Amino acid sequence: MSRIEHNMSLTGDAPASINVQQKLATLLGMSGLFILLLAALNINFPNKILWLSISLLSIFAGIVWFAKAAYTGKHPGIKNDGVWFKLMSSRGYLAWLAGISLTGFYVILYFYPEYIGLRAEGDNVGLIALFDPFSKLLSGNPASQWFVYGTLYTIAIAAFGIKFMWKYRHNRYEKLRTVSVIFFQTAFAFLIPEFMARLNGKGFSLPYYDLKNIWPLNYYNFEQYRVDDFISAGNIGLALLLFGIASIFIITPILTYKYGKRWYCSWVCGCGGLAETAGDPYRHLSDKSLFAWKVERWVVHSVVVFVVVMTTAVIYSYLGDDASKYWLTRDTFLIGVGVFLTLLFAAIWYFKREELEKDARYGAIGYLAIVLSLIGFHYMSGQNLFLFNAETLRQAYGFLIGAIFSGVIGTGFYPIFGNRVWCRFGCPMAAILGMQQRLFSKFRITTNGGQCISCGNCSTYCEMGIDVRAYAQKGQNIVRSSCVGCGICSAVCPRGVLKLENGSQNNRINSDEAVMGDNIDLLDLINQKSK
Amino acid sequence: MEHIVIIGNGISGITAARHIRKNSDHKITVISGESDYFFSRTALMYVYMGHMKWNHLEPYEDWFWEKNRIDLKKAWVEAIDFNKKKLRFSSGEPLEYDKLVIATGSVYNKFGWEGEELKGVQGLVSKQDLIELEENTPYTKKAVIIGGGLIGVELAEMLRTRKIEVTFLVREQAFWNNVLPFPEAKMISEHIASHGVDLRHNAELDKILSDDNGRVKAVLTKDGEQIDCQLVGLCAGVRPNIDFLKDSELETERGILVNEYLETNIPDVYAMGDCAQQRNPIGLRKPVEAVWYTGRIMGETIAQTLTGNKTAYEPGNWFNSAKFFDIEYQTYGWVWPKPKANEQHFHWKHKTEDKAITISFNSETNEFLGINTFGIRMRQEIFDLWLNENRKIDHILANLKLANFDPEFYKSHEKEIFKSFKNNLQQV
Repeated sequence: MSRIEHNMSLTGDAPASINVQQKLATLLGMSGLFILLLAALNINFPNKILWLSISLLSIFAGIVWFAKAAYTGKHPGIKNDGVWFKLMSSRGYLAWLAGISLTGFYVILYFYPEYIGLRAEGDNVGLIALFDPFSKLLSGNPASQWFVYGTLYTIAIAAFGIKFMWKYRHNRYEKLRTVSVIFFQTAFAFLIPEFMARLNGKGFSLPYYDLKNIWPLNYYNFEQYRVDDFISAGNIGLALLLFGIASIFIITPILTYKYGKRWYCSWVCGCGGLAETAGDPYRHLSDKSLFAWKVERWVVHSVVVFVVVMTTAVIYSYLGDDASKYWLTRDTFLIGVGVFLTLLFAAIWYFKREELEKDARYGAIGYLAIVLSLIGFHYMSGQNLFLFNAETLRQAYGFLIGAIFSGVIGTGFYPIFGNRVWCRFGCPMAAILGMQQRLFSKFRITTNGGQCISCGNCSTYCEMGIDVRAYAQKGQNIVRSSCVGCGICSAVCPRGVLKLENGSQNNRINSDEAVMGDNIDLLDLINQKSK
Repeated sequence: MEHIVIIGNGISGITAARHIRKNSDHKITVISGESDYFFSRTALMYVYMGHMKWNHLEPYEDWFWEKNRIDLKKAWVEAIDFNKKKLRFSSGEPLEYDKLVIATGSVYNKFGWEGEELKGVQGLVSKQDLIELEENTPYTKKAVIIGGGLIGVELAEMLRTRKIEVTFLVREQAFWNNVLPFPEAKMISEHIASHGVDLRHNAELDKILSDDNGRVKAVLTKDGEQIDCQLVGLCAGVRPNIDFLKDSELETERGILVNEYLETNIPDVYAMGDCAQQRNPIGLRKPVEAVWYTGRIMGETIAQTLTGNKTAYEPGNWFNSAKFFDIEYQTYGWVWPKPKANEQHFHWKHKTEDKAITISFNSETNEFLGINTFGIRMRQEIFDLWLNENRKIDHILANLKLANFDPEFYKSHEKEIFKSFKNNLQQV
């Protein structure tokens, strides 16, 4: 056995590279991708259904086979050997290659779909044409770039989900969670909307609606064309519209109160689903510094304000169009938004002020003041609401947040910045659920007395960049708005210190730095002193 | 304002420094020759295995120390003049102190084996040991580990991730049988062997043989067997790192002798962590305990004392944890490898999985004494309470679910354990 001589920088040689089966599986998966590449280069395959099936099955089977070869025959348990040695998972050459390819794919997908064969007039060509028969089979319509993306996305979640389940096969929480994300992606995000499209006909047209994709993640849900569609589709449409509103104002608050935001972010959401499956090998790349946490808080909450402002402006802009169509008038709507935001702010301020950090207080006051004064300014001057025209705001949001942040950076840069960049820094839905999780939820990660040895596995493998160890070594519960409840900190802990729990709100946040061990007298003493 | 000097930036020293800073304005200097910043020694193995990088071992970011006015000094202390309250570093430079805290930790044991100084023969306690291991790795196809304890099994796991063949010499009839009851020790032995480790029970090192370059080429066991290897892991325990204090007036035995206030025989000099030895052992605990959390509690205790609130060291009920390859182990209270007089062990093992528990109880009063768990996580808080309340084993078994700390949706085994206990008792 030969070994490479290495330096003293405390990095070693990787645990043996991939085995023969993994090589063959890579060949299989890559040949599937190669077919897609050929199609993208305008090779016109004769029997599209056959070639597409071969391609997709090869990709799926390649990933699953690779995983099987990697994990079966090994003991159930944590499989992180060599994570920081492998080029793919330690920002090495392969990681950059993968990152650049993915980013390129997203740029084409969002901005140049014609390069992969999308045609507004006439039949699609190239890659998208290859998917046409499959799309017609499901919805009756030709494929779009989004159908291609949705298919590949679902395959990625399913195949890498199976890999993830093998990797954590000793952990039932992880297995159940992964079955859940695979189910919601396949059924809710992929199949149901396609079948719904089949129902569309004369005078009845439901918008493409992934029911679990909730505003503000689904930032376009209340745009005019969708609301018009909902209203025109009779009772079903109205029910869907009401469901969309109830989702954010009633359903998610109840579930988040009971289970924390994890029920959504790591059990249901599609973005979370991809991050937890295909993105799992990159979870340790998240930035854990205090600085990153600060940036996260400002950026993600700014996105929330942006999406609220944008959506308000868009709805406001079309409400005036046709008074007979919408029972809600412009003024009621705008004043309603102002009152709602003020009440929300007042409630948090009244009940939870002590739990807000200084910068959170400044941020909340500042943003509320800006939004309210812009509304006031609009009434006084008659200028555009929020200074810009609604369409400009909508386009800016769609481009900056919807495309660049969530797609190109959020997913394209998995191998460089980690798998939850979008969820952590960008997702307004995660921020809203997170605010609730921090202030009003039963969920927390409990630490187990003095068993923590500060090893740092939990912090290293936290995809949200939470320094879990900082809490665990003080015996504090982890109650953080960003925690998506993936459960990996608990899984990788070698001493059984961490447990995700839903429990009473009393003592949920124990902020005193207690003396560890079980020295009861000393603990009381310190608690008394700090009061 | 006093100048408090702490020798050692391990868990004890750093905990003391942090808590002194919380409670006072004293000038604090922490000295270490080992590393620039505090790191988690317990996680050295994960760096070698590629789970983490060095910076992940550091619980505090680099700006933390300056912000909290904790001066870090990278140097080795060579001698201490206790009368003049002055240290001398190996560079010759002096440093004066008002209060001195010695927290120099452990070094690995060498028992005077022939060949123990050869190249390729090492233990694993410090950062330097890890660097040495990295340097030795390229030469190593086959390794022999001496001593069946916690560091030995960690080293075996580490080396296996680099595809190094490992022969593991254990003196007992099963792994860690000097601590674990035999059924559990046997289960761990089987698990270790299933990871491709050549585990030899009842085996002891006789001497280590050298090649022409002063590097290890083989070990000889007491049975006279020669095992070829390029690396020897010395994992037969650790001892207090106090050699630099040998000829001073500081009273030492195995470690630096301290009372319950962690005071040494010299005024204004304290010792804590792995290097301290209790003059009067606390409960059933050993006088020298190389355990992470006791180091932390000592650090917190001494910080209280040094900031005007004289406090005795009280580690409370014994508990600990470890991981043997894939099997997690926790213990609360005392479970001896063989039941002492008036003690009885109740064992339960899962039929197929590596899960087991042993409960020790007083066979006359039925009082619960301690529990070992394997592959099942338990809540320290609950067992601590039960131990303080002197609960009986019936209460423990009836309420075991309360103490479970496994992740959600894990299969629970309380009913099975309860049934098994009842059946066993009927048999007895």
